[in-house]
Order: sequence, then structure tokens, then C-alpha cells
Amino acid sequence: MLDLSPDEWIAIRLSLKIAVVATAVALPFGIALAWLLARKNFWGKALLDGLVHMPLVLPPVVTGYLLLISFGRRGPIGAFLADHFGIVFSFRWTGAALSCGVMGFPLLVRPIRLAIEAIDRKLEDAAATLGADRLWVFLTVTLPLAMPGLIAGMVLCFAKALGEFGATITFVSNIPGETQTISAAIYTFTQIPGGDAAAGRLVLVAIAISLAALVVAEWLARRAGTRFHGE
Amino acid sequence: MLSIDVEKRLGDFSLAARFEAAGGVTALFGASGAGKTTLVNMVAGLIAPDRGRIWLDDTVLFDSVSRIDVPAHRRRIGYVFQEGRLFPHLNVTANLDYGRRMCGLAHKPSEMARIVGLLDIGHLLDRRPGKLSGGERQRVAIGRALLMRPRLLLLDEPLASLDAARKREILPYLEKLRAEVPMVYVSHHAGELRRIATSVVLLDAGRVAATGGIEVLDAATAELMA
Repeated sequence: MLDLSPDEWIAIRLSLKIAVVATAVALPFGIALAWLLARKNFWGKALLDGLVHMPLVLPPVVTGYLLLISFGRRGPIGAFLADHFGIVFSFRWTGAALSCGVMGFPLLVRPIRLAIEAIDRKLEDAAATLGADRLWVFLTVTLPLAMPGLIAGMVLCFAKALGEFGATITFVSNIPGETQTISAAIYTFTQIPGGDAAAGRLVLVAIAISLAALVVAEWLARRAGTRFHGE
Repeated sequence: MLSIDVEKRLGDFSLAARFEAAGGVTALFGASGAGKTTLVNMVAGLIAPDRGRIWLDDTVLFDSVSRIDVPAHRRRIGYVFQEGRLFPHLNVTANLDYGRRMCGLAHKPSEMARIVGLLDIGHLLDRRPGKLSGGERQRVAIGRALLMRPRLLLLDEPLASLDAARKREILPYLEKLRAEVPMVYVSHHAGELRRIATSVVLLDAGRVAATGGIEVLDAATAELMA
């Protein structure tokens, strides 16, 4: 029904790959930071909290530019990672995943943090008296109880990563097959005469993917919820 | 034998208690706010005293002078909380098995079956805590604490959240437990303690006011009535 051209398919697959990788890589950092912000008091906590939320309030172009000058080939972090680990971000899909992950990060951290804050710490005490050390308490009590927040955070991060445009195009440009995501492709098609049909098709695809992500998230959250209340 | 000599200041409240509990069921009795829960939390390792020592048999659990504070998860002390505190995301079987797994004990189906039988919770095994009644929840909580094979069992007002009928339901099980493991039983309810305690420590405003047998309860309640 949707007659997608090979180029459009490439953009869709690339978008999905970037969004999945961005969410998956951001997740462990997101959980660690959410736990830190929910449970620990330390010097500079407010600053760290603000820093995490920066991508939400900064113009995406600014975030993209900051990524470019720090993670680009000549940027201090980018040069270090390229020289020592062979990880290159600039003008690669990995860079797109990085910028999408950074943009989605605040959306990932917030629900997880709220979920961890809502957990009854007395349950963690009970687990400790039953012989669980702190890591096991976290893995067997804290994390499973925070699952609805984890799911919500991952969906928001995935959706943000899928639609991210400004930071990504600033950081890694708009290269078909490498960094041209659905959003960038739609933008490109709207700039060329006769591109409306292609742009329209991709718009429908973007709507479909986003809706599917929401439905899956709702289903997962409901399953995680009912697990606490019986059967 | 549990021996305690601790001091702790919490805001305006100060606790300074010293007593020994031999085997059997030691009742910690006193009005609410007397420091009973604070004291058992110290034994469990959930809060640290400011000063003092806690010994269980021949092991030091806490000693402020030699800076020993065995973490809660290594004390092997079972704890039945007032509100049960079952893990809502695990079914009854997984709740019961949690302590055994975390303590790295071998799986013994016979032991599980014995405790399940003792507490009559066989028909609940597949349920989640959300689907249990208050009395059932407390029985599972007791079973969960017993199955980690604790050296000592702490019970903090295990019947307080239950109505009279449920209390009558649980008490016989608690009486059966006396043969299983030494216990410290916190309550402000003398009637309950008369049925299961073998010795009594009376706490009043953070101090030990009296120790002895069941007769301490009579003296204390007489005083309250007077």
C-alpha cells in the first residue's frame, strides 16, 4: 500500500537502528543516574540534575554544536576516543546515535528517577535482613519495582531518538545511508520539487512507528502493573 | 544468647538500653515510643547505635569501640515486620525462597514443605502478596524469615495490623514457632505476650525499666491501670 523507494527504506532502517542503539546505550547510564539522583545527596547534585536536563531546554542546534566541538574528530573527547578506541562519531551513524541518546537522556532519566523515589525503602530493608547485599537488593527489589518507570523512560527516549532532528543534523549532517534519518529525509524531500509524495510516505511511517511504540509501552506497563496486584 | 548494651540519640529521643536475652521468646514490652522498634532495628543491623555493643552467642554484631558493624545482610537474623513487607512483584513461593537464595543455602524441598505445612500456606503459593489477606500475609512473612534459617527471629508487632479474629488465627502459629528458633517479640499488647513470651524486658522512654519472667507484665499492666 505504501510504495516505499529503496532510499526511503534505508532511512527508515537507519532511524530504527539509531533509535534502538541510542536507547540501549543510554539505559544503563540513565538507570545509574536516576538512582543517584533519587537516593544520594552529594555536592553538586543540583548542578548534575540541571546538566541532565539541559538538552530538554537548550535549542537542539546548540546541543548539536556542543557535541560537534567536543565529540568531533578534532574535539577533545572525539579525538581521544578515535585515537584510543577507534570510535569515531563525526559524520557516522554512531554520531547520530550519540546525539539522539543525549537528547533523549532527560526523558529517560526522569520517569526512572520518579519510579525509584516511589519505592518503599522498607522493602529494601526487608531484603537486606534476608541476606541480600546492596547489589542484590538493587537487582531483585529496586529494579523490578521501578519497571513501569523504566518502560516509560525507554519509550520516551526511543521516541525522542526517532524524531530527533536539530542536534543530529548539526553534529553529523544529513548523509543518505549514514546519518539521514526519517526526519532528515523528510526535511530533504520537502526541499526538492516533487518530493511531497516521498515526504508524505515517510510522515505516515513515522506516525505508524510512534503509535506502535506507544501501544507496546502501554501493554508492557500494564503487564508490569498487574504483576504487583495479583495473578 | 543475645546481649545488648547500646545508646542512641534520635532528635529529642534518647535510647540507652542494656539487657540479655537467653533462648526462648524474649518480649520487648512497652508503650509506643518507648524505643522497641529502634532497638530491634539495631539488632537487625538496619540502624547503627551511637555507642555500645551487640552480641549474638559468640559473635559480635556491633561494637563501637572496635568499630565492628556487621551489615544487615550478613547477620542471618530473621525479621518479621509489622506490615509484612512481602515483595509485591514476587509470588508467595518466590517470597518464601528469597532469603534462602540470598543466603546461598542449598534448596531443601522438605524444609520448604515443613514450614509451608507449619503455617498452612500451601494453598497460597502461586498468589501475589496483593491477593492475600492480612493474616495470610503475616504467615507468609513469618515463613519467609524462617526459611533463611535465622539464628534469631525478630518480630516487630506482627499482629498489630490485624483485627481480633486474625490475631487469634496467627497466635497458634507463633506458639508453634517457639521450638524453632529463639525470638525477640516486640509488642505493646500484654495479652499477646502472656501467651508466647518466656521472658520480658520492659522498656519505658528509652530505658529498660524491668526484666524478668511473665510477672513483669503483670506488674507493668497493674501500674498502667493504677
